[in-house]
Amino acid sequence: MSDKSSNNGLMGWIDARFPLTKMWEEHLSKYYAPKNFNFWYFFGSLALLVLVIQIVTGLFLTMHYKPDGEMAFTSVEYIMRDVDWGWLIRYLHSTGSSAFFIVVYLHMFRGVMYGSYQKPRELIWLFGMFIYLALMAEAFMGYLLPWGQMSYWGAQVIISLFGAIPVIGDDLTLWIRGDFVISDATLNRFFALHVVAVPLVLIMLVVMHIIALHEVGSNNPEGIEIKKHKDENGIPLDGIPFHPYYSVKDIVGVVVFLILFSVVVFFMPEMGGYFLEHANFIPANQFQTPEHIAPVWYFTPYYAILRAVPDKLIGVILMFAAIFMLFLLPWIDRGKVHSIRYRSSAFKWLLVMFVVSFIGLGYLGALPLSDNRTFFARVYSIGYFGFFVGLWWISKNEKTKPVPERIQ
Amino acid sequence: MSSEVADNEVADNNRRRFLTAATVVVGAVGTVAVAVPFVKSWNPSARARSAGAPVEADISKLEPGQQITFKWQGKPVWVVRRDTNALATLGKVEKYLRDAGSNESIQPEYTRNEHRSIKSEYLVIVGICTHLGCSPSYRPNMITADFMGGFFCPCHGSKFDFAGRVYTGVPAPTNLTVPPHYYINDGLILIGEDGVA
Repeated sequence: MSDKSSNNGLMGWIDARFPLTKMWEEHLSKYYAPKNFNFWYFFGSLALLVLVIQIVTGLFLTMHYKPDGEMAFTSVEYIMRDVDWGWLIRYLHSTGSSAFFIVVYLHMFRGVMYGSYQKPRELIWLFGMFIYLALMAEAFMGYLLPWGQMSYWGAQVIISLFGAIPVIGDDLTLWIRGDFVISDATLNRFFALHVVAVPLVLIMLVVMHIIALHEVGSNNPEGIEIKKHKDENGIPLDGIPFHPYYSVKDIVGVVVFLILFSVVVFFMPEMGGYFLEHANFIPANQFQTPEHIAPVWYFTPYYAILRAVPDKLIGVILMFAAIFMLFLLPWIDRGKVHSIRYRSSAFKWLLVMFVVSFIGLGYLGALPLSDNRTFFARVYSIGYFGFFVGLWWISKNEKTKPVPERIQ
Repeated sequence: MSSEVADNEVADNNRRRFLTAATVVVGAVGTVAVAVPFVKSWNPSARARSAGAPVEADISKLEPGQQITFKWQGKPVWVVRRDTNALATLGKVEKYLRDAGSNESIQPEYTRNEHRSIKSEYLVIVGICTHLGCSPSYRPNMITADFMGGFFCPCHGSKFDFAGRVYTGVPAPTNLTVPPHYYINDGLILIGEDGVA
């Protein structure tokens, strides 16, 4: 975009009526990002890509799917067998949901590693957490739609969680289901929320996340504010324009991602029962709970915490608290140094403990119960919450390394 | 003309504040009122409520030890004809139970007894776990060191005795729910309605 275009020609005509050039410059050609982004910074733009994949494939699935207790299961089979390329569109959508969580979990881990949630980026983190929450709601409601056994009983368990709330719990679950059990009424409203309400919220939150990011500027692996050192034109000395530098770099990430994504879509769409659970190929039966019921992998860490507690209300509270702790991260971490590169070894060990606990919980949450596993789930649950307690404790007077003034 | 008035008069800020507040309050009340129909549209519809009508359960062919499932309000309701062995366990397991006296659990008053039923032989119970709504399975022969048979929930490992009473150390908080029911005659139960006493 040359400078002239904002004065005359078609661009000039548009710019006098809509800030197209201004927006292009603010968010792309003159948005200065730190020059030292590494591969961890792919996952934000990849999340945006997966969102687009989900919206496009989801749109085409609604053209064949029937949100009806009698017809839902067969309409999914119809998409898989009879609709031209229906299997591909459906597998793109089902793989996309798991890919979304993989990308988002890595994106969040990047934020923790480099202190991207710390001042002045607390709101970016909060918007991001709300995106994560909306994403979980979206995934949960979408999972009911195929109306298989796991759809049905998974929803039954999750909705029953609200029954643990004292006094109003039972009426609340009845209101959410719209019937005495999960039924056609539940399926229909979940369909409406899944295809209209939650996606709108998601898109709105993504816009807020990006606007907040572009207001304060990106963090980086060094955790150094590039805005502290600007040239005479007010451009950060260690910044480079997002476009073309990072737009081109992100294309590399997109290509690698799409290769891996395609391998899953074409060769292992069920991912051994982790992306699409085997029990979900049996139509929903309200009289028979499957022998082993587990949520899809991205919910299993929280599910493991729920199961580790031998009390219904406390289990539910701890499960929601596990998610809520992440919201508080910008205030739990009282440290001044952003990046793990300059933080104490105590921080590094806490982070290792957190990752091991999260993965351990995720692994256990997918398996049937046994005494041994319950024991380990309790240990990992303590590890999970221990990270936040420990971080609050150590970050007050943390022994950090000196942070350089500029990015080398 | 209005600008003349504005020039000559001092703005009455109190009045403005009052009018702003009044507009906000009226607007908020209106918004809440409009939200009510939308929120209420999520309640069980008239059709769903009528499907919750009482059902007749024919138990005349049930042999001792057998279990049969009926559908009431879309939920599974079990009728179990307990044999003498099963009935004998009820007294023995009490020390392992969280709510042996059924004080915290849901059941009609006429079934709040040690066998949680009208007739000791027949247990009528809603087959939905009080933890998170899975359907436990009937396991009369699952006997371990700390379990003497009854019902077992595969989802989260809750255990119940032959009267649907929950064991301690499992996530389910209360005993299985006994639905209102009464005997029309010896072989027929009406599930979903209290009998006329």
